[in-house]
Amino acid sequence: MTTTDMPRKVDAGPGRPVRKKRSSSSATGGLRRAVAPTTLLWVLAALYGVPVLWFVLSSLKPAGDLFSLPLTVFPEDPTVSGYKEAWASANFSEYFINTTIVCVIATILTVGVSCCTGYALAKYDNKWLKAFFLCILATTMLPAEVMLAPLFLVVRDLGFYNSLSGIILPALLTATGCFMFRQFFLTVPDELIEAARIDGAKELSIFLRIMVPLSRPIMLTLAILSFQWRWNDYIWPLLMLNDPEKFTVQIGIQSLVGAQNINWSVLLGGSVISMVPLIVVFLVFQKYVMNADINAGLKD
Amino acid sequence: MTKRASDASDVSVSPPRRRSKYTLAPLVLISGNVVLFALFFVWPAVIGLVYSFTNYTGVGAFQFVGLDNYQKLLGDSTFYAATTRTLLYTVLFVPLNFALSLLIANVLVSKNAKGASVARIFFFIPWLLSPIIVGVLWRWLFGENFGLVNYFIEKVGGSAVPWQSNADLSLLVVVVAAAWAWTGFSMLLFIAAIKNVPTSYYEAAALDGAGPWRQFFSITLPSIAPTSFIVILLNTIHAMKEYAVFASLNNGGPGTSNNLLVQYIYQTGFKSGQIGYASAASFVLMLILMVVAIIQMMVNRRVENR
Repeated sequence: MTTTDMPRKVDAGPGRPVRKKRSSSSATGGLRRAVAPTTLLWVLAALYGVPVLWFVLSSLKPAGDLFSLPLTVFPEDPTVSGYKEAWASANFSEYFINTTIVCVIATILTVGVSCCTGYALAKYDNKWLKAFFLCILATTMLPAEVMLAPLFLVVRDLGFYNSLSGIILPALLTATGCFMFRQFFLTVPDELIEAARIDGAKELSIFLRIMVPLSRPIMLTLAILSFQWRWNDYIWPLLMLNDPEKFTVQIGIQSLVGAQNINWSVLLGGSVISMVPLIVVFLVFQKYVMNADINAGLKD
Repeated sequence: MTKRASDASDVSVSPPRRRSKYTLAPLVLISGNVVLFALFFVWPAVIGLVYSFTNYTGVGAFQFVGLDNYQKLLGDSTFYAATTRTLLYTVLFVPLNFALSLLIANVLVSKNAKGASVARIFFFIPWLLSPIIVGVLWRWLFGENFGLVNYFIEKVGGSAVPWQSNADLSLLVVVVAAAWAWTGFSMLLFIAAIKNVPTSYYEAAALDGAGPWRQFFSITLPSIAPTSFIVILLNTIHAMKEYAVFASLNNGGPGTSNNLLVQYIYQTGFKSGQIGYASAASFVLMLILMVVAIIQMMVNRRVENR
């Protein structure tokens, strides 16, 4: 089942000219048919949007107004003091740099490794490749959370304890990434490879010069997913990092929650700051994420 | 004779030639993942299994203690509590998430709903947020003395609900928060599946006079059955190893009543240094996950063969 090939025709944005095109005779009928689903849609959207909105609006209130009754939706005099305080007090800039390093390096490596493996699995058939495919499948059965203790010992014995590499390296092996690339390369016609072989191209240069550029959309999709996974990681960095100077953003925020008396102003500010990079990445690359055929990767 | 990977007959006619011809290139290509697989999957899995039969504490020497760890687990009431709480959480979370994301996917692909492409972003943003932020956000909403929800309840004449100090309510808040956060992902899978159902089915059904409900239950639901199973499987596995939302929403509280399995493993293994014992608990969690996966695969196969 290839859902990527399907034309996307259901994107009925509010600005779509359809409504205008309809003549007056059918307009009322169409409108009546649209009322119920549209209302339902936007009631649901509000249920999903309001918590985030309330959270962000609250973060703009001065600390004194956070609990003042009656609660007001919009901050009376918006301030970014919570953000400033979070950024300064909790080493947030350091956490941010650490998390960015982890995300960028892990994402580049994940995409690279997954692309190579996915291509090999799709375009060569050796018995041991099929066996390795089963091995990759097995990793989905035994997620890192299940092997916390032994995985910790392995990474510690390899000398990566309390270092950012200790967070990055175990995360590079992802079944989803390999599946996404495998699924994509299966759709690339073999004739393309044959033609290049006849022209005398070496196997690896076929991969690097022809296949890698072709797979750019999948690379971008996996890159966004990987960035999100690493940005949001919590339990593994918590185990790996001992030194507060190496903490990631999520651990920093969780340490604010764990404090005896929660300073909500700082916590709200810090939380909103930590949301920003992902929301920006998402809004920029929205169409890749929304069109991502996650199905293809996971069904196999 | 062409060498098409998809040509099955070709493979059976001349397999030795193909295999000998390209060995180095695929080997180089998968080498990265093979190393990662050996280091971060095989090695920990093997030593985890070995340690589960020992009294290893993470440092120094250890002794083999046979099945002692597993026997101790069976008699450990904290472990039981964590397991039942995890199962209860899963049983509540999976259907709620399934229903919500299927409903939203259906509304989003409906041609009559206006503004679907904008609304989709609202459903998707919660999925972007880290579990830690989801926890903080819902803690802010469901605070007992200051939360927005209790404020409204008191506004309409109710009395403040103990969202944090009642263990069951506190679990319920996490279930709702997690379902809210995970809708975006399941929704994407459902949208892709629903769009793949041939429109001619619906047209034929409409001619026969089937209403929207009938169409949903007789066409949509059976057609997307494979995706439904994937969603249930992924959500179940996800729920079984949930920890971060609990950590930031109520920290397994009140007290320790909502400690889940992963938290139990974390605490026995790392807080009290009982690596051997924690490894045994890990293998119990793995067994549960495998049983879940096998059951769902069997059901899936039966449905697909029908």
